[in-house]
Amino acid sequence: MSGRFVRMAEQHRPAVTIVIDGRSYSAMQGDTLLVAVLSHVSTLRQSEFGDGARAGFCLMGACQDCWMWTPEGERLRACTTEVISGMQVLTQAPTEDAWPNCG
Amino acid sequence: MAELRVVIVGAGPAGVRAAQACVEAGVRPTVIDESGTSGGQIYRRQPAQFTRPYKALYGFEAGKAKAIHCTFDDLVPHLDYRPNTLAWNVSPGVLHCVQGEVAEALPFDALILATGATDRLLPVRGWTMAGCYSLGAAQIALKAQACAIGRRVVFLGTGPLLYLISYQYAAAGVDVAAVLDTSPFLGQLNALGPMAARPTLLAKGIYYRAQLLLRGVPVHTSVTPLAIDGDDGVAAVRFRSGRGQEEQLACDAVGMGFHLRSETQLADLARCDFTFDPDLGQWVPQVDADGRGSTSGVYLAGDGARVLGADAAEISGELAALAALSDLGLDVSTSRIDKLRRRQRRMETFRRGLATAFPWPAELARAVADDVLLCRCEAITAGQLREAAASQGAPEVNRAKALVRVGMGRCQGRFCGAAAAEVLAEVRGDALEQVGRLRGQAPVKPLAMTTRQEEKA
Repeated sequence: MSGRFVRMAEQHRPAVTIVIDGRSYSAMQGDTLLVAVLSHVSTLRQSEFGDGARAGFCLMGACQDCWMWTPEGERLRACTTEVISGMQVLTQAPTEDAWPNCG
Repeated sequence: MAELRVVIVGAGPAGVRAAQACVEAGVRPTVIDESGTSGGQIYRRQPAQFTRPYKALYGFEAGKAKAIHCTFDDLVPHLDYRPNTLAWNVSPGVLHCVQGEVAEALPFDALILATGATDRLLPVRGWTMAGCYSLGAAQIALKAQACAIGRRVVFLGTGPLLYLISYQYAAAGVDVAAVLDTSPFLGQLNALGPMAARPTLLAKGIYYRAQLLLRGVPVHTSVTPLAIDGDDGVAAVRFRSGRGQEEQLACDAVGMGFHLRSETQLADLARCDFTFDPDLGQWVPQVDADGRGSTSGVYLAGDGARVLGADAAEISGELAALAALSDLGLDVSTSRIDKLRRRQRRMETFRRGLATAFPWPAELARAVADDVLLCRCEAITAGQLREAAASQGAPEVNRAKALVRVGMGRCQGRFCGAAAAEVLAEVRGDALEQVGRLRGQAPVKPLAMTTRQEEKA
């Protein structure tokens, strides 16, 4: 599915590649992870409470609705994480026993 | 004399002016800020790789934004500045912070909380769907990331931000399907008197509104939002117009908010007393005219104390710092304080006008249907809260939280708390203030399980 967010300006920044659900996508330096993901796909995660897909809400680190999984079972708050090249994220929880991951 | 330990939380307009007043008085304050760059949310900076000029980013406020940024940049060598740092708890005389996964306890003589505000929300059926964002989020997407939250956007709610952000989207070339304001237009006319206390700001509000009309964006007032429709993402907004007609607007994104609410968790953890403001229907920390909280050594400034906007935040930040410095025994000019207090009183008059023009629609929150999700974090419905209130007799919001977990989730009640209190008050037949307020709990935001104590070298 195509992205949710629409870039309106600032499209001449250096590109970086990120991996969403195993597929590579192009993002730009200075993107937040949230923007990088939502410019290609329509959701960030599934609610743990079974009420459907979520795509963030406040974008200022207050609502905690945009925590994404990584394949290693770590989690990233997408709205306050700057995208870096090679970053890998999932829009679904990786495995049943991935949580909690205490390192 | 030992060095005075002044700690400021927040580097928005209030925090920056507080820091400036400290440095001018010869004190080197510590500034804790969650963001990586100063400016707060209102004057949030775009990332380094972005090139849009100030005028494009901040419009009429470009000069003020630049002044705040430059002031802070000049101050940095005179500060213990800690960006990307979360203040997560307060114990007597100590602020607890975490940067990355490293925690540190900072003792203070004076603590100035300039913690800002977040959108005040109430639940609308479907508001948890992907594509529905807070108004603040819609603005951050555009300002800090040069993105629109969707291709065709409906803005819903009430308050000055509703019009500002709708205008900013329309001006950026985004298709704004409509602006849906729950407040009646007549109330906005009636509030012109007090709002004239700040004529320039009032004129800007009228300008944004006129620009929306010129651009052909439909603006509906006295709206009752019915639902945000869609299967696995926003597809439409349904509402009842002021004339009682049900209408549906196709869209792929919604920005919603009902003005702002103060971020008060740290004030709460610092044991500051709160007072109920009936005009706002909100509990706010008690402060004197200069921002002293009820706890000795704790000061509050900016929207985190009273939602008065950025200009007032600059004044209250400076006032709070002067109060702190004076209480710590430094000489502070009384005429400077008097002047700031006079300016601040005008802001207060304007705020009362805003509350009349854009009232919090308590009746909508109270009428939320049983099957609508009230709590976004843990998918708890209004009906579950009503059931707990009725059958288990929750007398106030903290008991209700213990029973059904409304306010227990990761956002800690920031986005459900206002509506939950209305629902509980309605079930009990109580006035809103009778059901109390959610107590702030540490950590005020999630900490990593791997958070560790700072290692002393």
